[in-house]
This record gives sequence, structure tokens and C-alpha cells, in this order.
Amino acid sequence: MSQHTLHINGQNRTVDVSDDTPLLWVLRDHLGLVGTKYGCGKGLCGACTVHLNGAAVRSCQLPVGAAASGKITTIEGLARNEKLTPLQEAWIEHDVPQCGYCQAGQIMTATALLASNSKPSDSDIDAAMSGNLCRCATYTRIRQAIHTAAKA
Amino acid sequence: MNLSPTDTRHPAAIARRDFVKASAIAGGGLLLSALFPSTKAAAATKGSSIFAPNFYIKIASDGLVTIISKNPEIGQGIKTSLPMIIAEELEVPWQNVTVEQAGLVLGLKGWQGAGGSGATPGHYMDFRKVGAVGRTLLEQAAAQKWGVPVAQCQADQGYVKHSASQKKLAYKDLVDIAAQLEVPDPDSVTLKDPKTFKLLGRRITGVDNRAIVTGQPLFGIDQQREGLLHACFVRCPVFGGKPRSANLDTIKRMSGIVDAFIVEGTDDAFGLRPGVAIVARDTWTTFKAQQSLQVLWQDDNASQHNSLLYQEQASQLAREPGQELRSDGDVEGALASAEQVLEATYEYPFLSHTNLEPQNTTALYQDGVMQIWSPTQNAINGHGLVKELFQLEDDKVKIDITRIGGGFGRRLMSDFICEAAAIAHKLEGTPVKVTWTREQDMQHDYYRAAGWHHFKGAVDAQGKISAWSDHFVTFGLDSTEKTGRGAGISSDEFPIRFVENARLSQTILSTNVPMGWWRAPGSCAIAFATQGFIDELAHQAQRDPLQFRLELLGPDRQVAPAGKRGPDYDSGRMKNVLQLAAEKASWGKKLPKGRGQGIAFHFSHRGYVAVVAEVTVAPNGSLSVDKLVAGVDVGPIVNLSGAENQVQGSLIDALSAAWQQEVTIEGGRVRQTNFDDNPMLRIAQSPQIEVHFDQSDNPPTGLGEPAFPPAAPAIANAIYAATGKRIRSMPFSKTDLTWT
Repeated sequence: MSQHTLHINGQNRTVDVSDDTPLLWVLRDHLGLVGTKYGCGKGLCGACTVHLNGAAVRSCQLPVGAAASGKITTIEGLARNEKLTPLQEAWIEHDVPQCGYCQAGQIMTATALLASNSKPSDSDIDAAMSGNLCRCATYTRIRQAIHTAAKA
Repeated sequence: MNLSPTDTRHPAAIARRDFVKASAIAGGGLLLSALFPSTKAAAATKGSSIFAPNFYIKIASDGLVTIISKNPEIGQGIKTSLPMIIAEELEVPWQNVTVEQAGLVLGLKGWQGAGGSGATPGHYMDFRKVGAVGRTLLEQAAAQKWGVPVAQCQADQGYVKHSASQKKLAYKDLVDIAAQLEVPDPDSVTLKDPKTFKLLGRRITGVDNRAIVTGQPLFGIDQQREGLLHACFVRCPVFGGKPRSANLDTIKRMSGIVDAFIVEGTDDAFGLRPGVAIVARDTWTTFKAQQSLQVLWQDDNASQHNSLLYQEQASQLAREPGQELRSDGDVEGALASAEQVLEATYEYPFLSHTNLEPQNTTALYQDGVMQIWSPTQNAINGHGLVKELFQLEDDKVKIDITRIGGGFGRRLMSDFICEAAAIAHKLEGTPVKVTWTREQDMQHDYYRAAGWHHFKGAVDAQGKISAWSDHFVTFGLDSTEKTGRGAGISSDEFPIRFVENARLSQTILSTNVPMGWWRAPGSCAIAFATQGFIDELAHQAQRDPLQFRLELLGPDRQVAPAGKRGPDYDSGRMKNVLQLAAEKASWGKKLPKGRGQGIAFHFSHRGYVAVVAEVTVAPNGSLSVDKLVAGVDVGPIVNLSGAENQVQGSLIDALSAAWQQEVTIEGGRVRQTNFDDNPMLRIAQSPQIEVHFDQSDNPPTGLGEPAFPPAAPAIANAIYAATGKRIRSMPFSKTDLTWT
């Protein structure tokens, strides 16, 4: 057990956990940020995707110690003052979710994609989003929503 | 949300009009409570039922409307679509509606669950009536206030209008009067003409979507309570095994661990299984502790259970007749006189449900009450099991139903609820959440049963099926007499009833693998076999696969099931969706070798769906599924966005399962552990999807399942058209598709 101070969604948060604890479980069990989801624990499904210094990373694979030096953004930190990002708006407009469980991870990966590629093609989307599984298979609408957000 | 408990008045003493009750809300507003008796219960009590206000509509004094959603939301969109039905008839603007989820309410005569694509057909008319009662009350309130006949008052989007005088009043100004009026008989209120619907049939985004895209706590796994502890529950890797002893003292000395103990469990494969519970201050600590946990398991007779052994047994049975489920005409005679008999075996593996949200439940046992928060499709089942386990009274087990991160049938079982309850019972006074690892989730499922179909068939000189024989080999849970859950077949299975000489027989192999209902149970696999073999017969007859199917379906008519079990099969509706899909997909267009189209259809859950698949297979055998086009008839569509989403997802889900997924058994346990050895389809592999609805004038039916079954056979048939290679085994990835 040791103390770790994390920079999450613009705030400093301090937790007392073992050093090998993945960021995912620090967020979920110690900080009440449960929007980031557990799906596989092996970096295979993308449900736990967050941003570390703007890059999409798998929080289930990131020990808390390795995350302490960077700026972390979670799904809860995307909207500013209740104002959703164009991507979040597009997700609602296209009614992308079915069960909704994977969607936080999808949105975090797609947000990082649009930050580096403002007008992605279908194949750009496929390449960027292939690490995120959707058990309900909402892939058709994920593509549409990303295109819509890119036009916004 | 907890609603009032059961009213215990005798059903016969309560009139049908008690179906809906109106009352005033303290501080202003109108509360409509409704109950939904099952058809069976309604018949039994001659139109009466127990009054249980399991459901309500609240029109507050500010005009905002709250509708309680009684069924679990698993991604099928029910939390949006059922309230839409009420809002339509109530004549309220959708943006004024808030939907809240109901917890388990006892005394309910209808099932408060998610499964069988039954919620839409089961609620459509009742929910319209509830909404219409509310609208009528508000119109009556306005008539009273204005002193005009109610016939001159018309509700319109949150207002009641009087056309002659151009007066109008908002609902908020009428609710207090409406609450004092006598409630009209729900069976006699006027329902809207569907042509005037303002909401139903439109694209409405899901009511939880904003919460989903901002990461709000919605799911079972998101539950947070003051002082919450986290737990895991480790079962024997071999099904049915029990812990004899474990290094509990070592585990308890680990940092962050609160407790560790053996749970004896029961012999009920669907209840509390034996295992080891580890309780800690966070989930990660429970996962880590599992690595150090050493258990001496008692797991007798495990090694006889093995997928390869099952395969051998099933192959040997191909030559044997099996137990006859149905035999029409003279199959042997027709086969003997056929010019050529086609024989083929189709097979499919066990499948896991693989909900992306792993199994979990939160429970607190305090003051003799077991409070449960669970992502369950079947809360009443969990309620019964927990009650029994701890000898609690009905009202001492309470279940809140959370949003559910994928259902697919897995959460019709309540094993994970029992685990949380067992740990909470021991830790009395402390809330505890049990969370499974992905590995546990994949290895302790209730699997879609594997199966084999040994077919024999023939076509006559006119190109019609002259004989059809299917020997179905399936599984029973430690039984050769009774099929496992979801492992059976209907004796009416298509093309039975459509072919004069047809036979269906069955053999049940015994397994220790627990089985459960998967998405479109039975149909999800059987359609692959039957629609594949029908395709083989079409090619044998040198007929176009679409025309062959249309002729097989015959003239438009209602074909009754044997013994009147289930709905009729409407051949006309099926032909319509076949033609719809074919037309939209430009069926029959010329394609070069390596590209092909395939077609298939299937009737399940009262839904009629046909799919045309278009694929490309490279000479090196690599498969690309380019496009899937569906023709769908489930009657009028409630929410066009949700309905289309279900079909899009079902088709891709079906491709995912057919192409890549399998669960294999070795030594009585599951070999696969995670998404690396049991992959799920990714976005880059997902085809273009087109969904076309034939909104026939039939009662609306559900769409969580019926679009799934025809997709896999359509793809396999397209692969045949592209390469000449017939896929008779799932997953498709095991068949060599190289061609020159």
C-alpha cells in the first residue's frame, strides 16, 4: 500500500492502494468513477479505455504508479459544464448504444481518433476502433456517429 | 425504485376496472397505477386480477410525466419502447417524459423479465389502454371544467383543446380534477387510430443514452454503497466439483483481504454452486488473491466429458435412427425411390453468452432483509432461490434491477445472485459486491448446447423436396432422457409441415456442461443446419435458391403447429420478407468467382426474417462478409431506431458467433478463457448492413431475437455460391475455403 496522487479530469485525487493496482480499479473502486468499465482484464476488449496525456490507453493494463505522472481523462471528464462533445452528441443522435456497456470505451477511443484525424475514412475508423469490442455489435452506428461528429 | 408491495385481496373480488387506478399525488398531480395480468390469469379470474400497483404513470403538477418501466433493460431497448406506447396514447410530448426503472414487484401476474422477445407483444395493447385511460380522464376533467360535453374535448400533446371555443388547458392544470374522477373501464376507452400516431414508428433515441455517453452509474457492476466490500467467488473449474479444503489462512493474511471462506452451496446446477469466497477492500485485490488461492477440489468423473468424445459419439449415431419426434408420410419409401439421396451432417459447438459486463451482484443483509442490486433478466427467479437458501419470507428479499450490460439469456439464471447473497448473509450488516473475472464468466456459463443434424433428403423430377429426414443429436444435463435448457427442438421445425414425407428424430447425449437459453434459443443454431441443407437440395434440383424456397413455402396460408402449441406459421409473410430482402439485395446479380450471394429465412419468436448475404472469398481462403440485407416483418414498428438497431446487431452477432466462436470441453471443463482464445467480431470485420421492414398489419412482436437465426445460413450459402465449398460446421473459420 502506498499513496498515489493522480491528475484526473482536471483534479488531483489521492488514493492509498497497492502499487500494482491497475488504474481501472482505482477509478472504479476508490474514486467512484465507474463509467470506465471492466471487460476482460487483458487489454483485449477496450471497455476500460481512458486518455493518458490525450492518448487512448487501456486502464486495466496500466498500474497506478505508471499513471501518476500523466493527465488522465475518463468518460466522466469529456463534457464541460454539462455540455457534451460533438462525439457524445452524435452517439445520442445515432442512438448507438444497445446495452451501452462498451460505449464509454468506444467514445474514448473515437475521441482520441478525432483529435489526431479530424476527417477519418471508414478504414481509418476500422483501424482505430478495432481494439474495442461491442457484444451487441453496434459497429454500424459507431461508424456513422464518428462520421457525423467529424462533420460537426 | 421500490413500489408498493403486493395487495393480497382475493382476485375474484376485484373488478377488471381495477386494472387502472387513479389517485391524487400529495402536493398536486395525477398518479395512474396499473397492473398487467397475464392472459392466463385474466382468463382464470374472468377478467379480474390481483391489484398490484406494479407500475405507474405520474403526471406532476408541472406537467412533467414519469413513466415506470417494469421490464429489465438488457440492450433490447425496452426501457424506451414500452413507455413510448403509453406516451402515444396519453398524448404527451416525449420530451416531457422521464422513465424510471422498477425493481422487482411481487404479486405480479405477468413475468417481469427479459427473454423470449415477449415484452412488446405482451404489453402493446395493455399499455395503449393505460395511456388511453389517462388521456380520457384528462379530457373528462377539461369537459367538467368548461361545462361542455367530453366528446368536444380533444387531448393533444400535453393539452386538452375545445375546438368550438378555441380554448385549451394544459395537463398540469387538469391533473387535480382528473385525480378525483371515476376511472373509465380500460376495455371501453377509445384507442387512437394508428394512422394518427405521433410517436410510435418514429426514431427515438434510448432514454439512458445521455447517462451512457457521460459514464453515469447505471449497471449492476457500477453499484456503490457506503462501506461496500468487494468479493470474488471461485468455483471448481470442472463442472459440479466441490471444494474440500483451501489455503484460507494464507489468503486471509494477504494485504487488503477482509475474509475468505468456503461456501458449501447446493447441488442445484442453477442455484448456489459450491465455491470459495474471498472478500477484500477492492476488486483488484480479490483478483490477485485468486492467483494465490489453492483449493483441493472434489471433481469425480470429469475426464469422460470431452468435446472430441462427444464428436465421436455423435458421428456414430449418424447411422442410427434415434427417437422419433415426428414422422409424416413415407420417408423411407420416398428415399428408396429417389434418383439420388443427399446425406450431410451439420454441426455446431457450445457457445458462451459472453456478456461484456461480467456477472456481478451487490447485496446487503441487514435487519433480516436481503437487499439485492443485480443486473438480472429474471429477478423473480433470484428472489425464489435466495428466499429458499436463507429461509426468508417473501417480503424479506428485495431486488433492484439495474441496467444490464448484455443479457443474451445468461442472466435468466441467478447463480451470481445466490453467490452475492451467500456472502452478504455471512457478512451481515456490510454491503458486498461480487464481481466475476472474464475467465470465470467464460468458464462458468450456461452454454448454448452443441448439436448435430444428420440429414437425408431428396428432390423429385419437378424440383421439389420429396423426402426430408433429420436425426438431431443434442445434450442433456447428466441425462439421456431430457434435453438441456435451450437444447431441444420443436417437432414442427421447418420444413416439417411443408414437406409431405418428413421425419425428425432425436438422440440426447449426457454431459456435465450446464446449458442455458442463448439468443434465439434453438433457432440460433438449427436455422444454420436446416437452411444449409435446404440450399443443398436447391442446388441438387438445379433450382434458384430463392425460387426453391418460395415454392417450398407454398401458397399463402396459416400453418398450425402440432397440438396448437405456439403461433401459426404464416407462409405468406415469410415469402414477402424473402422477396423483400432479395429485391433490395439485387438477388441473382452476376458476380465473379470468389464472390457470391446466399439467402436464408427463419421464423422464430413470432417474427419473420429473411437475409441475403454477399461475400468475397479470396483464393487463399480469406473471407470477407461484404453485406447483409434483411427483410423483416414483426408487424408495426414501435421505435424505428431501436428496431433497426436490434436487427443490425443481431446480424453481426450471428456472423461473430458463426465465424469465430466456440467453447470446447476438456476433462469436464471449458478450455477457453478470454477474448484471445474465444474471439468476438471486431469493427473491421463487420459488414455493411441494410434493414428493410415490411410493416404488415399484424400485432407487433419482439425483435431481440428473430433476426439472428437466418444470418449464419445466408452467409454459409453465399460462401458456397462464391467458392463451391459447403460449410457444414461452426465456427466457419475451421473450414478451408481456399479455391483456384
